[in-house]
Amino acid sequence: MSIKIQEVSKTFGRFQAIKPLDLTIHEGEMVGLLGPSGSGKTTLLRILAGLEQADSGRIFFSNKEVTQLHVRDRRVGFVFQNYALFRHMTVADNIAFGLEVLPKSQRPSKAEIKSRVAELLDKIELGHLGDRYPAQLSGGQKQRVALARALAMQPRVLLLDEPFGALDARVRKELRRWLRDLHDELGFTSVFVTHDQEEALEVSDRVVVMSQGQIEQQATPEDLYHQPANRFVYDFLGQVNVFQGEVQGQRLQQNQAWVAFPHGSQVTPGQLYLRSHEITLAREPDARAHLPLTIKAVNLIGAEVRLELEPQGWEADDLWEAAISHAEYNAWQPQRGETCYALPMNGQLFVEQQEQPQRLNWSFQEKTPGLALA
Amino acid sequence: MSGINLISNPFKVTGRRVLPGFTLSLGISLLFISVVLLLPLTGLLMQTSGMSWGEYWFVITDPRVLASYRVTLLTALVASLANGVIGLLLAWVLVRYQFPGKRLVDALVDLPFALPTAVAGITLATLFSAEGWYGKQLAQLGLEVAYTPLGIMLAMLFTSLPFVVRSVQPVMEDMNTSDEEAALSLGASDFQVFRRVVFPGIWPALVTGVALSFIRSLGEFGAIIFIAGNMPYVSEVTSLMIFVRLQEFDYAAASAIASVVLLVSLLLLFLVNSWQARYLKRLKGTL
Repeated sequence: MSIKIQEVSKTFGRFQAIKPLDLTIHEGEMVGLLGPSGSGKTTLLRILAGLEQADSGRIFFSNKEVTQLHVRDRRVGFVFQNYALFRHMTVADNIAFGLEVLPKSQRPSKAEIKSRVAELLDKIELGHLGDRYPAQLSGGQKQRVALARALAMQPRVLLLDEPFGALDARVRKELRRWLRDLHDELGFTSVFVTHDQEEALEVSDRVVVMSQGQIEQQATPEDLYHQPANRFVYDFLGQVNVFQGEVQGQRLQQNQAWVAFPHGSQVTPGQLYLRSHEITLAREPDARAHLPLTIKAVNLIGAEVRLELEPQGWEADDLWEAAISHAEYNAWQPQRGETCYALPMNGQLFVEQQEQPQRLNWSFQEKTPGLALA
Repeated sequence: MSGINLISNPFKVTGRRVLPGFTLSLGISLLFISVVLLLPLTGLLMQTSGMSWGEYWFVITDPRVLASYRVTLLTALVASLANGVIGLLLAWVLVRYQFPGKRLVDALVDLPFALPTAVAGITLATLFSAEGWYGKQLAQLGLEVAYTPLGIMLAMLFTSLPFVVRSVQPVMEDMNTSDEEAALSLGASDFQVFRRVVFPGIWPALVTGVALSFIRSLGEFGAIIFIAGNMPYVSEVTSLMIFVRLQEFDYAAASAIASVVLLVSLLLLFLVNSWQARYLKRLKGTL
């Protein structure tokens, strides 16, 4: 089932949770609503489910208007962050709930309900736990039961509100892959809310980034990461190193630190955004930049060695971060307190009054030989 | 010095509690319970020790006393069940809705606790007597409240109202609205949501409230005697029977009847508590 949202807005008292917005979600698509808390993503999801009434605007499921339809008649599956399992019912009774409350004429027979529940229990790999009560399950198991309960009604739309928010990192990873597989297998349309960019980028077909009640950008995970539409999106998707300076000649300068504009690029004052993989570290500065940094922390866990760096003699709002390979690390052996220099390879320059950033690329520039790390 | 001891003898450490004041607070609590609760109760049972089993049985099965049991149990049962319904509704309104004067209503609920029960009794008797505001109207309908078992019920209703409200209210406040939303999104009707999702959550607290209200009504004296009429075999409650025996200076008989009320109350409290513990275990997951 496709979903179309038209000019939907919502205010709570004097707080505008959602400014009028449009969004179309295609049949069978998995869309992640990503944003910080207070961005209106959960409110939008609840409006879709019918748990909240929009102040204005219209909602269509497969071209049929559902704006005024009560939540119980919308036939959407809704999964809550806190699971919202019925504590006094067994796991099996929880899953059967949606079928049990059907009017007599539509309700399947007892045996049918039982076999349907057994089937769902197998699907969530909890076949042996049907007689347990929710309080006896782990967080991950509870969330699976909540999913099975929603799926028992065979909804064409599944809405998930921070489904993995309360789980620890490993279970969360496992569960979101499982959800993705389930989605591909059953082919329902799903929309989920998250504030975790990694989660949104990993699972969704399309990510909708929201802030302050409006949509900042909607794109595939790949496009979102490589072509962020604006500063907010860039900031929100992963760690970023920022250098702010004034234009002096061909350089962006702040105190003694500077970055030279690549040949042929437009020289404008602004904020330079560099992702950690867009810079290299060297023992000496070169013609591209003079950005002295003190090593504050070295993190060896993972595919790369991550360094936290503090600007030396210039200022940035946050610490800088860079990654080097383990081989480089072994050759260089950087120690806390040592000084090194950041050299840019790619970057985005955000200019005042301009939404779209300007891409900068230093890679074709000659490197001064002999200044690499090792 | 003890610090050195702890280090040189690590086995000593294991018995120590981290939370301070255990012995002191437990000691004071036990002393208080003994002096204020257990000692008088033991005294009550001691009073009866002068009687033989035969005498005891004779006193507590006196026809007039038996009739009072029947009146007390029936009126208390009806009153506490009615309180269950009214109290549940009151708690629901107080928790779920915002309305002007909500704070005031919330405070009024506790009034029966604060008011001397005799004051309540006199007020009710005046209101419902044939000349009173309510009594006049009800008389036209052919209903007589004052000086009948109906009046006893009313007095019990009044004095035990807070029990149900105050037991159910906190449980309702703790309830997750998302449970109800989940049930709604699964297609349940409003009634199904209440019966299958909300009510089972409140149920243990409601039972406790009704039981407390029942037990309180069993022993109520002050509020009842003014409105009950106190006709032998018709509108005499057990607590009045105790009072009558006391006025006859028959302390042993008074204690004997009192011990019956005490035993019934204790038994009921115990039953409700153990049933509730089992039910809550299921919800909290240590089955």
